[in-house]
Amino acid sequence: MLEHYMQQGSSFASQIDGLVWMIFLMTTFWFLLVEGILFWLLWRFRARPGHKAVYLDDHAEHAFEVKWIEIPHRVILLCDVAVIIGAITVWSEVKLSAPAPDEVVRVVAQQWAWTFTHAGRDGKLDTADDIVTIDELHVQVGKTYSYELGAKDVLHSFSIPVFRLKQDAIPGRVITGWFKPTIVGEFDVQCAEICGIGHGIMPARLYVETPEAHAAWIANPTHYLAYKF
Amino acid sequence: MAETHGHEAHGHDAHGHHEEGWFVKYFWSTDHKMIAKQYLLTGMLLGAVGAYFAYVFRMQLAFPNKPVPGYGLVTGADYNALVTNHGAIMIFWVAMPVLIAAFGNFLIPLMVGCDDMVFPRLNRLSYQIFLVSALVLAASFFVQGGAFGGAWTSYPPLSAKAEYSLTDLGPTLWLAAVALEFVAFLLGGINFVTTAMNSRAPGMKAFDIPMAVWMIVIASILFMCSVGPLVAGAVMLMFDQQVGTGFFDPDRGGDPVLWQHLFWFFGHPEVYVVLLPALGFVAEIITTFSRKRLFAYRTVLYTTIGTGVLSFFVWAHHQFIAGIDPRMANVFSVTTVLISIPIAEMTFVYIATLFGGSISFRVPMLWALAFIAEFLMGGVTGIFLGASGADIYFHDTYFVVAHFHYTFFPIAIIGTFAGLTYWFPKMFGRHMNETVNKVHFWITITCFNGIFLPLFVLGAAGDHRRIFDYGNFPELSQPWMQDLRVFATVSLLIMLAVQPLFLANFFYSMFKGRKAEANPWKANTLEWQCPSPPPHGNFSPLPEVYRGPYEYSAEGRADDFWPQNSPT
Amino acid sequence: MVRPIATTRSASGVPTGRLAVWWVLASEIVIFGGLLGSYLLHRLGHPEWATYASHTNTWAGAFNTFVLLTSSLSAVLAHQAAEQGNGKKAANLLLATCGGALIFLIVKSFEWTAEIQHGYTITANGFWSFYYIAAGLHGLHVIAGAIIMLIVAADARKGKDLQRVELIGIYWHFVDLVWIFLFPLLYIAK
Repeated sequence: MLEHYMQQGSSFASQIDGLVWMIFLMTTFWFLLVEGILFWLLWRFRARPGHKAVYLDDHAEHAFEVKWIEIPHRVILLCDVAVIIGAITVWSEVKLSAPAPDEVVRVVAQQWAWTFTHAGRDGKLDTADDIVTIDELHVQVGKTYSYELGAKDVLHSFSIPVFRLKQDAIPGRVITGWFKPTIVGEFDVQCAEICGIGHGIMPARLYVETPEAHAAWIANPTHYLAYKF
Repeated sequence: MAETHGHEAHGHDAHGHHEEGWFVKYFWSTDHKMIAKQYLLTGMLLGAVGAYFAYVFRMQLAFPNKPVPGYGLVTGADYNALVTNHGAIMIFWVAMPVLIAAFGNFLIPLMVGCDDMVFPRLNRLSYQIFLVSALVLAASFFVQGGAFGGAWTSYPPLSAKAEYSLTDLGPTLWLAAVALEFVAFLLGGINFVTTAMNSRAPGMKAFDIPMAVWMIVIASILFMCSVGPLVAGAVMLMFDQQVGTGFFDPDRGGDPVLWQHLFWFFGHPEVYVVLLPALGFVAEIITTFSRKRLFAYRTVLYTTIGTGVLSFFVWAHHQFIAGIDPRMANVFSVTTVLISIPIAEMTFVYIATLFGGSISFRVPMLWALAFIAEFLMGGVTGIFLGASGADIYFHDTYFVVAHFHYTFFPIAIIGTFAGLTYWFPKMFGRHMNETVNKVHFWITITCFNGIFLPLFVLGAAGDHRRIFDYGNFPELSQPWMQDLRVFATVSLLIMLAVQPLFLANFFYSMFKGRKAEANPWKANTLEWQCPSPPPHGNFSPLPEVYRGPYEYSAEGRADDFWPQNSPT
Repeated sequence: MVRPIATTRSASGVPTGRLAVWWVLASEIVIFGGLLGSYLLHRLGHPEWATYASHTNTWAGAFNTFVLLTSSLSAVLAHQAAEQGNGKKAANLLLATCGGALIFLIVKSFEWTAEIQHGYTITANGFWSFYYIAAGLHGLHVIAGAIIMLIVAADARKGKDLQRVELIGIYWHFVDLVWIFLFPLLYIAK
């Protein structure tokens, strides 16, 4: 369902979308069922002359409770278990598993810009050929990346909707995570945690490139904002 | 029972009916009904302010960077301050004062059959502190740098340092206002709980207490047990802001995430604090207008308590991706999803109550049914956010916004309209015009869905919250998305446009409406067994209780209702 | 003001005043609980705070603990006297409790003065921030309790509202109890 609105751009995007789809089916079923019963009852038991409401004493009520409460209770519990299993499976894949990365990228958020440190030609961070860009992230399709996320001032959130990736950045901490781009293109990077008056002007662009294009960019990054620290 | 009934019968006269000056009567009164009206009108006034803020920022979203009529150009700072205070006002200064304080004050003494709250002066003090808190909040808009704009969750470091928020006094005043409001509600809550526990009419046992009273009492207890850590946190944050301590400052050994824990430990139970009173009103209304006994009274009570207890163990679902230990997310995902069970049961109980009834669609009933129908939407969409894996995508998108508006709008707006239209005859002794109210109902409900259904779609498309201009994000500024934003805004405009209809009806009927009899809805609970409006001292003599509150359509009786205080 | 009949009822069997005090304490417990919980989380994450804690004056803290415990005893005795209807004696014992509060605050002010002079101010580091906030919040409770006690004592002397002697006593035990938690956490744990 989500893929209709937002392409699936990472290895785990389809899993998240699958979980959403499952929850959507279940909740839609319950929603329609309950609303249906509600409106049917409203129609069926509307006040009419000569009709009197029934009176259920505690004993009569008890029989009804099995039908109205206990059975739905168990079915909901079953649905809940399914949702929980799905949620934990997806969560473990996205946030708990840490596949060995092909490359590490450093992301630092501040009011109101993103600084990305790419490993450069040697594939290692903190070497002379690191490429530092502002508000531009370049990755190669099919490679597994690990990110080191930090913040300089306030909370930010590193969100790439097309990857289904979102992680808050906290000053004073480095939070790691991973992603593996699966489609080539140019996408949004957004800040998803309010970070002051410039929160709405803190976009960055993500460029997922073919191996050739990515190599070309590494070879000639000069026309991008490049800094040496 | 400590006292004798003879004593009570005389005690009523002790109140006296001496003439009071208008100041004493309207501003210095200790009468629970007057304090209820003070809370109600203050809450409605602040509701208008919150609605105005919504109007301004929705206009900015639909028509970015064009001057908003009645406001002007909306800057990023304005936008943040507007959304922050819209949220804070609607929850702390509208939902709580109206649902808990106004209705709690009005209903508890009447429904349990006594003459006032147990601590009338504490009650007055509680309102006065609340009023001061509202004034402090208002003041925060007029200080250097403008009002606080760090979202109603007020996460540090943004809220802790002026160099980050670019507002100096705004955050501190905002925090002080919230803290004062908490104090007001702690005092009020003690009053509600003690009154309901101790001042019940003779004969009223635990299961004879009307659901509205139970719900307000449980809500007050939830509030008391959850707000403490946030009060402590607010003190710490205020010292960070103004004294220079570093409780939440990572550079100095502090921890910004700690605030999130303190905030949400309160913040999640707070949802139930405002939800429960609304559920209580719905229980009263659907039984009255379907002439049915409340189905499974005890199940409602136990699921309420279950929800309340469980709500203390779900807070971190607001923080799945906030940098907490990812393993913790699994635990909180389980507790969060499980909360669907008691809430669903409560919904089923309410719907089952309608079975076999004789349902008349009067205005309060329409609102109560709309509450069930709409709140269900809020409930099921919560599952998406409680499931940690799905929340990665939905967190801080408009899906969240739509979800909690489908819970809070039914609670704060639909619940209030249900309660107001139901108890209006008792409060003011007159009827509102029902036709006007029906028109108002249908337009409001339709527009409500018109505002928030598109936001689910926008959220699914990745639209993030709290961004004042989507022009900077190519994926979010596609024309079809902008069309949805315009649709939502237009729905809001229509909804706001019909509210004066209700207000006019409300104030006109207050003075000129058709006179109401004591029990216009033929209801059982005690508040309908005293005159409309209740005089000082409420009952004469004070009632005794012989049965539960929902004995409608009992067999072998000529009437289809059976007041709690009727001996036969 | 004439009290409403509501105030005189007792459907739960517990007198209304006592019930209310218990609810006040319930909400106070979570306030201090939140503060101390935050402190403990920080303390566990910062072993170096033990060194800062060693600069607190344990003897002053111990003396204050003793003072508060003694004042709680006189509050208990005041309650007993009030039960026997001896308002005058109850008032005097409450004054003794107030005396304890006064001594506590005087010791505290000397302590704080010395600490601030040594540069251990509220902004010095996280430990001292918690130290001043927690002890300060507790101190405010001591001051509030003492003021209420003076009012209750004045009424009790006239034989009025003797049940309040018990209520302020319950509150005072709570203030005492908070200190029993604060003392080891802030002074002893090193």
